[in-house]
Amino acid sequence: MTPVRKKRLLLILALVAGVGVAATLVLQAFNQNMMFYYAPKEVKAGNAPANHDFRVGGLVVKGTVKRDPNNLDVHFDITDMTETVTVKYTGILPDLFREGQGIIARGRLLPSGVIEAAEVLAKHDENYMPPEVAASLPQKPASEAK
Amino acid sequence: MIPEIGHFALILALVVAVVQTAVPLLGSALGNPRWIGLAKPATRLQLLFMVIAYACLTYAFITHDFSVKYVASNSHTTMPLLYRVSGVWGAHEGSLLLWALILSLWAVSVSVFSRSIPAVMLARVLGVMGFVAVGFLLFLLVTSNPFERLLPAPADGRSLNPLLQDPGLAIHPPMLYMGYVGFSVAFAFAVAAMLGGKLDAAWTRWVRPWTNIAWMFLTLGIALGSWWAYYELGWGGWWFWDPVENASLMPWLVGTALIHSLAVSEKRGAFKAWTVLLAVFAFSLSLLGTFLVRSGVLTSVHAFASDPGRGLFILLFLVTVVGLSLTLYAFRAKQFTSNVSFQLFSRETGLLLNNVILVVMAATILLGTLYPLVMDALGIGKISVGPPYFNSVIVPLGIPLVMVMGLGVLLRWKRDSISRLGTDLILLVIVALGVGLLFSLLLRYDWEVMAAVGLVMAMWIAATTVFSAWRQKRTASVWGAALAHTGMAITIIGISLTSLYSSEKDVRLSAGQQYQMAGYAFQFQGVKKVSETAFDAYQGTVDITRDGQPVSHMEPQKRVYKVQTMPMTEAGIDAGLFRDLFVALGEPLEGGAWSLRLYHKPFIRWIWLGGIFMAVGGLLAATDRRYRLKLRRAGNA
Repeated sequence: MTPVRKKRLLLILALVAGVGVAATLVLQAFNQNMMFYYAPKEVKAGNAPANHDFRVGGLVVKGTVKRDPNNLDVHFDITDMTETVTVKYTGILPDLFREGQGIIARGRLLPSGVIEAAEVLAKHDENYMPPEVAASLPQKPASEAK
Repeated sequence: MIPEIGHFALILALVVAVVQTAVPLLGSALGNPRWIGLAKPATRLQLLFMVIAYACLTYAFITHDFSVKYVASNSHTTMPLLYRVSGVWGAHEGSLLLWALILSLWAVSVSVFSRSIPAVMLARVLGVMGFVAVGFLLFLLVTSNPFERLLPAPADGRSLNPLLQDPGLAIHPPMLYMGYVGFSVAFAFAVAAMLGGKLDAAWTRWVRPWTNIAWMFLTLGIALGSWWAYYELGWGGWWFWDPVENASLMPWLVGTALIHSLAVSEKRGAFKAWTVLLAVFAFSLSLLGTFLVRSGVLTSVHAFASDPGRGLFILLFLVTVVGLSLTLYAFRAKQFTSNVSFQLFSRETGLLLNNVILVVMAATILLGTLYPLVMDALGIGKISVGPPYFNSVIVPLGIPLVMVMGLGVLLRWKRDSISRLGTDLILLVIVALGVGLLFSLLLRYDWEVMAAVGLVMAMWIAATTVFSAWRQKRTASVWGAALAHTGMAITIIGISLTSLYSSEKDVRLSAGQQYQMAGYAFQFQGVKKVSETAFDAYQGTVDITRDGQPVSHMEPQKRVYKVQTMPMTEAGIDAGLFRDLFVALGEPLEGGAWSLRLYHKPFIRWIWLGGIFMAVGGLLAATDRRYRLKLRRAGNA
């Protein structure tokens, strides 16, 4: 092998190794941070992971939003019209969070069956329904949920 | 009547675009000079019709013509003139019209400023741009006609989404589109080179200024979007790894790689096939971005429409563009192989590494953005990939990128050695380490290793940039590169310090209570109701003091827009070069208290300041005299 070729080979090997390491890191990070979405009925059926964040979505059930008078804890129920689960969150809810509105929460399942949310998402448009939520509802959704 | 003229002009623009595509491309293949000569007038005629169509829609907005469905959905009699003009691109149809108009503007600019480009080359470039225009105009006319009538006309419109009624957002989409669509010029030149089978240094000098300017707009567009999300969405963050943000970052990363790869192609005649491929990818990713944003596959503030027909159309168009150009590449790339040799320790290697890392970054983001969509489309499951994924991948890739960035500017083309750099290199490393560490120790926050790493990285870029600019003949290109690299250093400082030292707290406060954070006392004075034309609002009053000295008086609002009955948070922000204070009003709680969100964000302005430096650098480099001089020489030849 000529020296030029040797150097070129070295460069290519280094690049392949570098990209390989990057790919491994990427896929590892990917696996660790992938979150599945579950509808309340799937959570009730015990499909949601116990020690990993996941996303759950549904309509906020009327009359279930309860704020703690002393701090920023809030509890509310969300439903897919089949099952209902309770979500606990601490902090300020998004502007468009309202009863009857479709929302998505990210968090984990407590042993009590309550979902402790790290984040609650409601979208920026009053006509908007997160597609995941729309898909997990029976066919005629939003209007009748209110 | 006026909307019909607009609609008609749009149809004529499509017809002209078909001519602009077919005749010059055929002419250049058959060597027919009259057909080739048709490229320029067709391009200009298309712009004329696009301007007429666009002006008609704007006119409908300004005159409140609610018989036009698009106007009725996105305007209102109470909206000020500014938002009636910017409302044109406030939703799906109009923003696509703007896309097509900008494409036409770029094509005409190419035809005006590239007078010395050989006629055949120019015909091919304009033909390819015409092809892209055909795709978008068809899309507009078939699936998203902005001039569709709504009869009987409603008495008033549904108004523009309140989030978009903001000066920052009024200019964000045009900037972003100028960048997205601007890459169509590099793309068209790449395809033209493949069609012609020739790619020389002159070609790179034609492409470089266009790529730089497109990149400048994209940089500004992304920075504006980030800034807008920060102050308008009320979330206090500056980047969310939202798929739509990713859609703009991917072409930026590949475009950045393209700028650097073009440098190698120009100076050394190497990496030519790779440059062409990057040009194809940069524009394909711009198209993908448009697809992601406009098709409704994403759940995002940007996803206006969820009409599957539209998504399918753009997807098909994307597949056509990528498929055709990659097929062409497969046949023609061999002609671009270069026998230019370079040593391992050379500027070429530095730029190669730069390209590899940037492309891996883009691929990583692509994986995280598309994988959930693919899983969903295949019915496997609904998943999402959170910000921790992107952060944990981009940061470790960014560190070697920055190291190469600093070393690369020091290296000579073709062959260099550590011994030549010798003491200079050691000195620069010491300066970067010393100043970076000193900076991290002088901060009035707890010392953090990652903050020190970020600052050393930034100083490494700054030191090497200044050193190499000082050593070189300072042309506009060198100044531009130096400014852009300095901008990167500034942005890195901003990102590192904001990410590590921000304080954020949701608190419950009654009138008269205060909360201490990061050395500042936030005194809540209560809430009153205010009313404006467009909205009613609760307005809180917060006085911020530090060591008893008044710092800022804020009036954050919680607005409800009247027409759309949509609530919106208008945060109170006290901006500063070294820190922002940010107060958002939450919701009323029992006993007259309110929830408030308080932030202290050190150095956040540096993130966007760096973006401005980068953009100015890109523009400056595009003005280099050699692009014009060589053009004239090429013209005489």
